[in-house]
Amino acid sequence: MTMAGGNYEKYKSDGSLAGNVLEWVDARFPATSMWKGHLSEYYAPKNFNFWYFFGSLALLVLVIQIVTGIFLVMHYKPDAALNAAGVPVAFASVEYIMRDVPGGWIIRYMHSTGASAFFIVVYLHMFRGLIYGSYRKPRELTWLFGVGIFLVLMGEAFFGYLLPWGQMSYWGAQVIVNLFGAIPVIGNDLSIVIRGDFVVGDATLNRFFSFHVIAFPLVLIGLVAAHILALHETGSNNPDGIDIKEKKDEKGIPLDGIPFHPYYTVKDIVGVVVFLMVFSAVMFFAPEGAGYFLETPNFYPADPLKTPPHIAPVWYFTPYYSILRAMVWNFFGLDAKFWGVVAMGASVVIFAFLPWLDRSPVRSIRYRGPITKVMITLFVICFFILGYLGTLSPSPMGELISQVCTVFYFAFFLGMPWWSRMDKFKPVPERVTMK
Amino acid sequence: MKKFLIALLFAPVLAFAAGGNVHLDKWPGSVSDKAALQNGAKLFVNYCQNCHGASYMRYKNLMDLGLTEAQVKENLMLAGDKIGDLMMVAARSDEQKKWFGATPPDLTIIARARGEAGNAGAGADWLYTYLRTFYKDDKRPTGWNNVAFEAVGMPHVLWELQGTQVLNHETHKLELAVPGKLSPAEYDKAVSDLVGFMVWMGEPQQEFRRTLGIFVLAFLALLFVVAYALKKEYWKDIH
Repeated sequence: MTMAGGNYEKYKSDGSLAGNVLEWVDARFPATSMWKGHLSEYYAPKNFNFWYFFGSLALLVLVIQIVTGIFLVMHYKPDAALNAAGVPVAFASVEYIMRDVPGGWIIRYMHSTGASAFFIVVYLHMFRGLIYGSYRKPRELTWLFGVGIFLVLMGEAFFGYLLPWGQMSYWGAQVIVNLFGAIPVIGNDLSIVIRGDFVVGDATLNRFFSFHVIAFPLVLIGLVAAHILALHETGSNNPDGIDIKEKKDEKGIPLDGIPFHPYYTVKDIVGVVVFLMVFSAVMFFAPEGAGYFLETPNFYPADPLKTPPHIAPVWYFTPYYSILRAMVWNFFGLDAKFWGVVAMGASVVIFAFLPWLDRSPVRSIRYRGPITKVMITLFVICFFILGYLGTLSPSPMGELISQVCTVFYFAFFLGMPWWSRMDKFKPVPERVTMK
Repeated sequence: MKKFLIALLFAPVLAFAAGGNVHLDKWPGSVSDKAALQNGAKLFVNYCQNCHGASYMRYKNLMDLGLTEAQVKENLMLAGDKIGDLMMVAARSDEQKKWFGATPPDLTIIARARGEAGNAGAGADWLYTYLRTFYKDDKRPTGWNNVAFEAVGMPHVLWELQGTQVLNHETHKLELAVPGKLSPAEYDKAVSDLVGFMVWMGEPQQEFRRTLGIFVLAFLALLFVVAYALKKEYWKDIH
């Protein structure tokens, strides 16, 4: 019997019921050693700041989405057929949840607000990685799993958005699936495979439902586990971007590390409560999120014969949608729409290459110079502008602005091997700083 | 801050985009005015439900307006319906399609559907404007047109209350040619009540939602104090 020591030894000898149960379990499952390895003896840098709340918050939102999703599935019906009142069953079942299911409106608003909250915390979490160089060696795999999570999350959100079967659900899916039709040779067949039909219909609704509640959540949970395991293998980065494992005490514990539990569990609880206050403020007082979290045209049931005058994706997709629309040129005899799809896909996948694009000798923005600060600020501004333009109808001015922003978006990444090296750097401290 | 700057940058674009729309009158009512909502429910059942369903609503939910079951049954239900039934339209949708060219939309959540991005409450204003801006237009098959909804398919169902308006093509203003049963002020109040009912019907638990939200936020505020104190206590030796 090989077993991790520590507290386990204490229980083994005390002969109490709890001690005996734990001993029994530990002989069969690594309960104590996992608890220690990931919580009570996982040493995290002591200088985490505001930006470090969003990882645990993303996990919280994932749990909210799964739990509320389980209850929604009990009452939601993925059925595009019309009911006696001439309304699609799927659409009516959402209103049934909102009205006739006790507490159903709370569950539904939690889920719809949670979808937007998920992207908000994930974007902030990614921004943290960007400014403190969290993706740099040796955390490349943590970052790659994270990019995988982001991609799967986008798919999850896209599939989920069809389910209420409102006008924007329907036409948004129609537009996005049609994009695959722009891929040469296989495009047309591919879009038929995705839809399961020649148009978005009942077959599409049912397969999107299946993807949304089974396939993608499974992959998501697997990737989240891998993300956390990879992180705990290398240890966390910190706002100073220095390696706390280089300075250890005689027991091998990093001098600047503190056990994740209890220190960061109690700290993250504060973050959770503040987050829940913001979340509740939206959920109880503005559940539509001013028409951005629940788009108002989606209060009309899907009508395949009536195209809405303006089809806008939900806000968290609008930056990429703008990049898609910015491509208006037919290169190499291929349709501009195809290049739009390529640019949109590239704009998301390009995040995966960050660990190898960044050639700066230091990780954290704290010790990098003006070039880095200007580039990251401009990148964020471009991202917001693209996001904003993606909510609007196309216009010549908007097209031009989004083209400029798209060029900068890619220049930020593709030029990084050069601009990240050119900067002025400050000396990096030996130990982490508390500020 | 960045968001704010971007908003500033694009404010002129937005203002321009909004310029094409019809000016909407602000809906003056409130969903907490029970008497107004009851009156609105009566108008809805009598004037709207002949053609439009409210098929996500059940009659029994009307009791939340402060009515007894007997009052709902007597005043607000179509013959043959049960109190737990959905508020279905009286006419059949395929027949309506023949009459109007389209099936009149379900109105349960119309006030939410008519909202706008950035202003989800605009739905009430739109309905309040729409129901007051019908005018006589012999070029339309129904004989009616509307300022807020150009070439509308619906005739002016409330004409006997409002009377007949005509559009003065020089001033582009509506003028009351034939007075109805109600004075203009009374008519505005009636429409306001009707819109109020539709806003309430869009989400009948909306008042309770806000009340519950206050309790939830109060609880979280207390929890914050405890959580923050706990964090301070644990972290006091970390420097």
